[in-house]
Amino acid sequence: MIAFLIKRLMHAILVMFVISVLAFAIQDNLGDPVQQMVGQSVPESEREEIRERLGLNDPFLVQYARFARNAVQGDFGYSYFYREPALEVIARHLPATLELVFAATLIIVLFSVPIGVYSAIKPRSPISRLFMGVSIIGISIPVFLTAIVLIQIFAIGVTVTLFPESTGWGAWLNAFFSTEGNMPSFGRGYDLVNVVGNWDTNLATWNGLQHLVLPAVSLASIMLPLFIRLIRAEMMEVLQSEYVKYARAKGISMRRVYFVHALKNTMLPVITVGGVQIGTMVAYTILTETVFQWPGMGLMFLDAINRADIPLIVTYLMIVGVIFVVTNTIVDLIYGLVNPTVKLTGKPA
Amino acid sequence: MTFKKTLLASVIGAVVAGTTLLPMTASAETLRIGYSADPETLDLHEQLSGGVLRFSHLAFDPLVRWTKDFQFEPRLATEWEQVDETTMRMTLREGVTFHSGNEFTAKDVVWTIERLKESPDYRAIFEPVASAEAVDDYTVEIVTTEPYPLLLNLATYIFPLDSEFYTGETDDGSDKAEIVKAGNSFASRNVSGTGPFIVTDRRQGVRVDFERFEDYWDTESEGNVSNIVMTPIAENASRVAALLSGGVDFIDAVPPNDLDRVREADGVNLIEIDGTRIIGFQMNEERVEAFQDARVRQAVDLAINQEGIADRLMRGFANPAGQFSPEGYSGHNPDLTPRYDIERAKELMAEAGYEEGFSVEMIAPNNRYVNDAQIAQAVANMLAQINIKVDLRTMPLAQYWPEYDTRESDMAMIGWHADTEDSANFFQYLTFCIDEETGAGQYNYGSYCNEEIDALVTEADSETDLEKRNEMLREAEAMLYEDVGFIMLHWQNLAYAAADGVEVEPVVNAIDFPYLGDLVVKSSDD
Repeated sequence: MIAFLIKRLMHAILVMFVISVLAFAIQDNLGDPVQQMVGQSVPESEREEIRERLGLNDPFLVQYARFARNAVQGDFGYSYFYREPALEVIARHLPATLELVFAATLIIVLFSVPIGVYSAIKPRSPISRLFMGVSIIGISIPVFLTAIVLIQIFAIGVTVTLFPESTGWGAWLNAFFSTEGNMPSFGRGYDLVNVVGNWDTNLATWNGLQHLVLPAVSLASIMLPLFIRLIRAEMMEVLQSEYVKYARAKGISMRRVYFVHALKNTMLPVITVGGVQIGTMVAYTILTETVFQWPGMGLMFLDAINRADIPLIVTYLMIVGVIFVVTNTIVDLIYGLVNPTVKLTGKPA
Repeated sequence: MTFKKTLLASVIGAVVAGTTLLPMTASAETLRIGYSADPETLDLHEQLSGGVLRFSHLAFDPLVRWTKDFQFEPRLATEWEQVDETTMRMTLREGVTFHSGNEFTAKDVVWTIERLKESPDYRAIFEPVASAEAVDDYTVEIVTTEPYPLLLNLATYIFPLDSEFYTGETDDGSDKAEIVKAGNSFASRNVSGTGPFIVTDRRQGVRVDFERFEDYWDTESEGNVSNIVMTPIAENASRVAALLSGGVDFIDAVPPNDLDRVREADGVNLIEIDGTRIIGFQMNEERVEAFQDARVRQAVDLAINQEGIADRLMRGFANPAGQFSPEGYSGHNPDLTPRYDIERAKELMAEAGYEEGFSVEMIAPNNRYVNDAQIAQAVANMLAQINIKVDLRTMPLAQYWPEYDTRESDMAMIGWHADTEDSANFFQYLTFCIDEETGAGQYNYGSYCNEEIDALVTEADSETDLEKRNEMLREAEAMLYEDVGFIMLHWQNLAYAAADGVEVEPVVNAIDFPYLGDLVVKSSDD
């Protein structure tokens, strides 16, 4: 166990090292940060002075060595835009992103398990077919579009006048398909509760939860169909296996067979995929947070790219790399718990 | 399972219930703003940018400010007179206090001007100012190195800072007055101005909160906004959605694609203003020999249908231009209008010996100006008609400027807003013969050089008789029009939108700095 954790720690360090080298290597293509820091009429000599002060004129190796020396001591440099240490900026934005990912994960788990199991048990029922059909559409719609549509329907509101208003049924249908909107469409709201340090939570107030719903739903919309289909496929496979047939033959109630015997084994591959996908979801937050102006790491990262805020970009990439390693490690640990036959140290990363 | 069912039901319930609940009930005087950018810093002199200048008009007051029709309106300076050729005496407003409680006097103005001259961003603009001196508490004399006609234009950038507040040392021993670019200085986090609003909270990139300053000097202002919550929303679609959903009361930079939608929406109003930012192209004479021939440059200009671009591509959200100076500027010459004539363009190409045409590379940004990449595409297609084949590359802003600075393409797009709101500025940066010593022609991508125009503009810039000066600038515009040193396309418009009752129209202007201190909000139940 300890050997496993140490090995993972080495992985994390290796990942951070590789990412930092890559990020540094591409920084010249990210644009000129000084351009974003000065007014248009500032003469070239002034710009040169700033570049010199920020050390942007030094050769690649000198810049990298300086960065690495400081990074080892926990100093990842100063964000040009926020005028604060990059690590602090990220730490400030991290809770918002994690809450969003948490809420989306919750939605995915709450919906994918029952739907997946149901459509595996009753694959021919019309409801199952409906779910499968919708999930195909869900997989193919980009998150950006989902978000805009959600905003239009639930935040701005839609007035439907498709049906004749004069008839009773027409008016009823119009009213049925029209929405009032009024859901918040951006930001985290003004009703946050501080938990500890710089972690303000959306989860403690009604207003905060309302702000969380649309971004979380659109973020969940990417993964939800995938998990429904995955759980369904795994469950159907498990239901064919010998031990399920045996359990049935023994006369154990169907409910117990489905939810105790079958579901447990279904969840093994789901956990593996799920762990990896949660890491990917952190990446998807970039799009979701941009549309909803959710002040988390994703939005911060996109802004940093637009501003060529290199220290922040490099640090973000390294942190995300670590998040991937950490989630994979946790997944492996959970895997070990669910299936004791798996040996941790023997597993490749 | 029952547990799961209950949870499922409660989540669905929350979603459904949420749609019928009002998110918040704000009092009418709280203004929630969704701006496309937030101030990079609270130190006015650290960065010259739209975000910081907008902020300046909230927490500070300038000596004078622009009115909608480009006149000067007295703010902290009440009167001004030219004492001699190089000296202007300004009388300051009495009874003005800073947010810190300090009284505003002439020493603050002197201190501010001296700090401006130290600022990397303002140093060049304030080059003509030699010194400032306090004659008494409410009189200040500003001396220029040479006769300088644009001192009042500069005065719109002088937002007096609280000199006492910004003097001294912080706890960690750094100077409170120091200007640190992209660093953590006292002035970038602490504010004391004379303006209508005090910053109460700021989370960079997330929101800035303001509260009305109780002792604000301008008691005649009808402005009744007591609190401002400013959220930066960079994404165009999200900003519009925030307004339409009632999440904010006021947004800037409504994208052209959403103009109709906002115009027709209930409960919100669209305000369009003719802008002053010129969009155009520069032709690189260093790389393309043909561009050194005035006839070829004229042909390029004639081949481009400015009216068409403004009408169709910009959907009327721009005014087609034949010169740098928009209406209202001193050098605006009403005779110079776009002259689209494809036949004449072909003739000129033939005359110059380029009937067969040639190929050029073109670069343009794709997220800086309204529809920038599409405009470049349209221009490329128009040039194909006179056999100039264009190889277009578009890129995001952060990559565009470094690329632009290398001057390694044949045509480049640029948009320019004159920091001084004056015609001469366009020439000095965009078409003056390049001189690295003086910084002239810093953005002259094409190395265009016409010494006659340069001489005329330079002369105009030390002509204090404004009528004579305007005449000279109009002449310079006409000369550039003939010689086609710059391909003019249009002046890009500005669009704001606000909820009903938020009477934005009187306080917005072509300079793009809304004077929110004077904003009147009528609550809906009046």
